[in-house]
Amino acid sequence: MNRRKFVQNSGLGAMAALLGTEIVFGNTLPKGYIPLGLQDPDPFKMFDKNPEMLVLNDKPWNIESLAHLLDDRVTPNRSMFIRNNGIIPQEIDLATWTLTFDGESVRGKKSYTLADLKSRFSQHTYQLTIECGGNGRSEFNPPAKGNQWSVGAVHSAEWTGVRLRDVLEDVGITSDAVYIGFHAADTHLSGDPKKEPISRGFPIAKAMQDETLLAFQMNGKDIPLAHGYPLRLVAGGWPASTSGKWLTGISVRDKVHDGPKMTGTSYRVPCLPVAPGTEVADEDMCIIESMPVKSLITYPKTGATLSQGKSLSFRGHAWAGELEVTRMEYSIDFGSNWKECTLEAPANRLAWQHFSGETRFPQKGYYEVWVRATDSRGNAQPMVLPGWNPKGYLNNACHRIAVKVS
Amino acid sequence: MKTPENSFEQSVRAISRMMGLIFVMFLFIGGGLVYLMIDPTLSAFQSKPEETLIAIAPPEEDDFDKIENGIHLRTGFVEGEGLMTVVNNCTNCHSAKLVTQNRMDSEGWRKTIKWMQETQNLWDLGKNEDIIVDYLATYYAPGKKGRRQNLANIEWYVLED
Repeated sequence: MNRRKFVQNSGLGAMAALLGTEIVFGNTLPKGYIPLGLQDPDPFKMFDKNPEMLVLNDKPWNIESLAHLLDDRVTPNRSMFIRNNGIIPQEIDLATWTLTFDGESVRGKKSYTLADLKSRFSQHTYQLTIECGGNGRSEFNPPAKGNQWSVGAVHSAEWTGVRLRDVLEDVGITSDAVYIGFHAADTHLSGDPKKEPISRGFPIAKAMQDETLLAFQMNGKDIPLAHGYPLRLVAGGWPASTSGKWLTGISVRDKVHDGPKMTGTSYRVPCLPVAPGTEVADEDMCIIESMPVKSLITYPKTGATLSQGKSLSFRGHAWAGELEVTRMEYSIDFGSNWKECTLEAPANRLAWQHFSGETRFPQKGYYEVWVRATDSRGNAQPMVLPGWNPKGYLNNACHRIAVKVS
Repeated sequence: MKTPENSFEQSVRAISRMMGLIFVMFLFIGGGLVYLMIDPTLSAFQSKPEETLIAIAPPEEDDFDKIENGIHLRTGFVEGEGLMTVVNNCTNCHSAKLVTQNRMDSEGWRKTIKWMQETQNLWDLGKNEDIIVDYLATYYAPGKKGRRQNLANIEWYVLED
């Protein structure tokens, strides 16, 4: 029996059971109408995303943005990539939602409602750059396993919430605390209720930073469901997987957190550089912390043609994980000559920085505009792929756009 | 006059009438049950369901596993030996897109299966494992990419001032 006939033949109760939630105003549903959740989903409508974005995976949802869609100084929801490991939670009740702190290194287990968090701690807003650890994976050779991200798994939105540090101080943690690990309301793809799709975290030092938030707003509104509504841990500058969505718990650990996707090869790179294709034992893989220096040309879109004599204005963003970008350069001759771009200071620490430049082309022909950011420690983006690693993380090779002058 | 023969004949007739009635009843009940098996919702006795209001109604699939231009339409997998074994074992938990966007040799695909069995509740594939690995390593094998590829799939447009 196909799904459509099945839906037609079953009552409201069966539809509600399929959706996993009650159908409010179900009695006013037009006869024959199929609720959105049961339709062949249009992810762009469902998540309010730009339809130019690329669906890499629909179970779980993984949707990539494109460089030219990331032109806004503060990324709107419409252009933000989605990277999910499990199934988005279906039933969210704000009144009963709690965040529970436990683990070896808390003085005692303690829970907070959303209202507790909002009323008892001071609120802060930061623009925070969050990039998927596997952004750029599609370029690695030999290929690395996983969602094949190109350049669009990064965003820099404004997040509002309370500081994790303030809440940890209220909970009370012991001096042997080493790491925090998050727990969330999403469910495992296998349907096994005992399995967590992902439970990652970071060292206490990162948890204690001003900008590390328990956020309940994004860009001044409730966080969109796909990005962690109603509560998200946000750790700017680190792999996006450390910014746990749909947050329900934080374990304060006396050792490195060992939840799913913390161990083995997940979000880890070889501790020592290896030749492409090398097999690396789990114990020789080290956890990724700060993301590397990187940049993106967001205007113009690749493929621009212009007539000879015209100048080209271009712009974009640059970021450097925990660090700041201190220098921005561009090349129109495949890296032979580099010229300076204008570079702005970040809105706050861990926000991406805007750059711009203007160039002329000496004669007709095919060009590529390359950009290269350098961080405050002097690390610059490589022109070719950086060190190969088995899972294809941390590709920060310079971004390129194609330009034709005729 | 009522003779013993007559009364016997009458009894026989009554019994045969009853038998006939019972036979017809069984026929009716049996027929009804067979009909219920075919049409459990008794849709033939109901008015036609109203037209569905959905804007983009999914077309009635005449062939759930239709293959067009060498592509299994429902999943996007390429046609080849082992296709349905892959469809039936590899698209229950995650999307086929997670498979088709990856490239690995047989060792890589086998390791991925082992990882899914150890951590993601994938079942024992038995004899199907070789069929699946052969299919994947044939149709989703790594190509040579080098350290940086040319910019590809560029859609040229005129940049206005």
